[in-house]
Amino acid sequence: MQAKDIAELLNEPACTHNTKSKSGCARPKPGATAGGCSFDGAQIALLPIADVAHIVHGPIACAGSSWDNRGTRSSGPTLYRIGMTTDLTEQDVIMGRGEKRLFHAIKQAVDSYAPNAVFVYNTCVPALTGDDIGAVCKAAAEKTGVPVVPVDCAGFYGTKNLGNRIAGEAMFKYVVGTAEPLPVPVEAQRSGITVHDVNLIGEYNIAGEFWNVLPLFDELGLRILCTLSGDARFREVQTMHRAEANMVVCAKALLNVARKLQTDYRTPYFEGSFYGVTDTSMAFREFAKLLDDPSLTERTEALIAREEAKINAALDPWREQLRGKRVLLYTGGVKSWSIVSALQDLGLEVVATGTNKSTEEDKARIREIMGDKTRMITDGSPKALLGAVKDYQADILIAGGRNMYTALKARIPFLDINQEREFGYEGYSGMVELARQLALTIQSPVWGAVRKPSPWAKAGVPGVELGA
Amino acid sequence: MAEILKRNKALAVNPLKASQPVGASLAFLGINRAIPMMHGSQGCTAFGKVFFVRHFREPIPLQTTAMDQVSTVMSADENVIEGLRAVCEKSKPALIGLPTTGLSETQGTDIKRLVKDFYAAHPEFAHIPVVPVNTPDFTGCLESGYALAVKAVLEVMLLSTNPHPNPLPLAGEGANAKSNVGRRKKQVNVLAGSFLTPGDVEHIKELVEAFGLRPLVLPDIGDSLDGHLTEMESSPLTLGGTPVSEISTVGESIATLVLGNSMFEAADFLKIQTGVPDYRFDSLMGLDAVDSFVAALADISAKPVPEKIERQRAQLQDAMVDSHFMLGFARIAIAADPDLLYGYARLVTEMGCEVVAAVAPARANILNDVDAEQVAIGDLEDMEIAARRNGAQLVISNSHAVETARRLGVPLLRAGFPQYDLLGGYQRLWVGYRGTRQTLFDLANLLVEHGHHEPEPYVSIYAQRTTLQTGESRATPAAGQTH
Repeated sequence: MQAKDIAELLNEPACTHNTKSKSGCARPKPGATAGGCSFDGAQIALLPIADVAHIVHGPIACAGSSWDNRGTRSSGPTLYRIGMTTDLTEQDVIMGRGEKRLFHAIKQAVDSYAPNAVFVYNTCVPALTGDDIGAVCKAAAEKTGVPVVPVDCAGFYGTKNLGNRIAGEAMFKYVVGTAEPLPVPVEAQRSGITVHDVNLIGEYNIAGEFWNVLPLFDELGLRILCTLSGDARFREVQTMHRAEANMVVCAKALLNVARKLQTDYRTPYFEGSFYGVTDTSMAFREFAKLLDDPSLTERTEALIAREEAKINAALDPWREQLRGKRVLLYTGGVKSWSIVSALQDLGLEVVATGTNKSTEEDKARIREIMGDKTRMITDGSPKALLGAVKDYQADILIAGGRNMYTALKARIPFLDINQEREFGYEGYSGMVELARQLALTIQSPVWGAVRKPSPWAKAGVPGVELGA
Repeated sequence: MAEILKRNKALAVNPLKASQPVGASLAFLGINRAIPMMHGSQGCTAFGKVFFVRHFREPIPLQTTAMDQVSTVMSADENVIEGLRAVCEKSKPALIGLPTTGLSETQGTDIKRLVKDFYAAHPEFAHIPVVPVNTPDFTGCLESGYALAVKAVLEVMLLSTNPHPNPLPLAGEGANAKSNVGRRKKQVNVLAGSFLTPGDVEHIKELVEAFGLRPLVLPDIGDSLDGHLTEMESSPLTLGGTPVSEISTVGESIATLVLGNSMFEAADFLKIQTGVPDYRFDSLMGLDAVDSFVAALADISAKPVPEKIERQRAQLQDAMVDSHFMLGFARIAIAADPDLLYGYARLVTEMGCEVVAAVAPARANILNDVDAEQVAIGDLEDMEIAARRNGAQLVISNSHAVETARRLGVPLLRAGFPQYDLLGGYQRLWVGYRGTRQTLFDLANLLVEHGHHEPEPYVSIYAQRTTLQTGESRATPAAGQTH
């Protein structure tokens, strides 16, 4: 990938902070950087497409330490969980045999696993030695008769965020628009309900959480052509251009896909979230608004009223247990505000939130939801986070998996909100799981046990004194 | 305090209980060069033998007085005397355990008198202690039979021991005139309850030794039933266990560690007889329980807790924090003998679990303290019904509960007796910081592996997934592919 292509990807006109210094896409600082590379971001964005053979072209480090480690779920094929890599050797690199090996690797994947498509992820070493993966993919596709999509995402191109965009770009360039949706089956037609086609972009079905929401789409007559990419199939990605409305779920990462669908196919989109009662209802309302169907609007409101009443009753006992508990939220981007409303729905008090990876728009949303007095934390180092927990007398830290052990080592209750988590929190019913997990860790007797000094100890134990 | 539900049905279905004579035999199997001989029909012994052989995967020395029809009706006294003579002559044991059974108890045997009769008839065997113990299977369970046998061993060994030729001067409070307390400055008695596996006993010995103390474990199944190949190809007696000669020195120890509520009666006897101060523990699982144990060792030895043990403690704390996500609010069903039931219930509730079904095979004082709303005296069917009613997510019980757990659709953590379908179950470490840590990991892993916390897969009614797929997208490689 050439420098100008990267620059173009970094320039995302739909991003509100695009004109400012690109805080969301900042250059990594040597010696002071956490977070993944472009390969990581691209693979994460596309791996949930379940019927595709995902081949990582490179030596072992890229695939070896990352395959099958995500919580995304499929209702059908499990091919996406088969780890595939060309596992380049020193000889391959020196003798320039990478392309040849890749070609045979694709053929082997097709022969052994009969995938509906093959995605090839380029990594640093072949990018550096100059393997032409585009040409290899083209030749392999001709030879095998299976679509082979190059995803040129070498790690040194940039951040994980850039990798997400590269992935979106690859889908848009090679896949979207290459097939037409099937007609809605007769048996799925219901009188009085016009079926509308929509896409969800950036929905990853972590721990199967989207299945909390999907039945409601069915009920409203919203056909999801494709979720990019949770529980998706290759064919669904091909038909994305035919949607009447798109939702960008909880992430700026694949915003370029939504923008290009808007410019090339005039499909309107909105940004939303399925975390929390308020946001879930909001998402359905936005769809009804964009689709401009009075019957849909009416049915949407009825559904929201019913679901909110049902979930509020289910949440009441949890609210009693959680009311007034103080939360310190430290997570990136959209989640810095989307999860806040979910927590507020449960009666928790969010005392501070991290804004390190948030955009200007995100920060504005935070102020809107939490008021001007909200403390925003920009330093995400373990020391700073633990200091903040102490300063704000938080009962629990909610953050991504990599901060989990920071909290646990400091004997602080913790909730994992990122992609490796094992529990699904989306939708109305997901709120019960969220409430349960919050209560579970906040109320766990282990905190008392691990903070108590041993009977023979003279000095106190480490750990943060908790408020409340 | 748990409400105790009495047995309220005629039929025991999927029994949880193992009998008192089996428990008593187990205690005797923890004494070196010993052999238990059940006073009953040969079936009592044969079943007990199979029970232990399958659990420990070891040859088990176990004899029988082989009561037949005639001796059952007329008198089986001669069977006991003849049996004892045969065992003494043939095997020259260091000790014979003589538990009674339902049959001999119903018949009305006076087992203690029979032992006296035996010595009178065969003075040449006076040096071989015979330990009679009343363990009918119509009361109690494995745990109580085991405890009765340990107490009986102490009774026989202490009451037959001659006073020490040079008694120490009257020590302090609690020591009687003949007191020898502390003559062996580093020796600590360990009364090991039936809830301990050979692996547990080994670990307890290591902990005691880490404080520069010398453990005298009674009974020591950690030495006899740990499963090790020996030079000797076969033996009619136990290989390893508490040496009989040592048992008579319990009064010279500086302290006694009493492990398991079921051992408290034996401990009372030991304390009254010897004046050795004791430290009692209901459980050795979980941070608090192990803390008390380690603190007691520090107290007895007057030494600081070794760095190695501090590290194990910190490792357990880390495991508690790591596993609380999986264990918090988990609903657990436990069916086990009383001490085990108490220990597991305490461990899991300390982790934020709820014990929603608790079943013990027989009454015991400790059941009142089990951390559950109700404790039923009953069988695995009772556990199954309560577990289903209360939505249990995991079962802790013996191998008989495999089918129960399968029907419930939940994972099983095998614990207690018997474990016939699991290699190494007999030597697994449960106690101490290390054992507790492994238990927490296992519980958490079982819950994750069988977790139902994720939403069920849902396929949209509009899903375009029926046709026009080019490949199968299988996850198993095609057969016959060579590259």
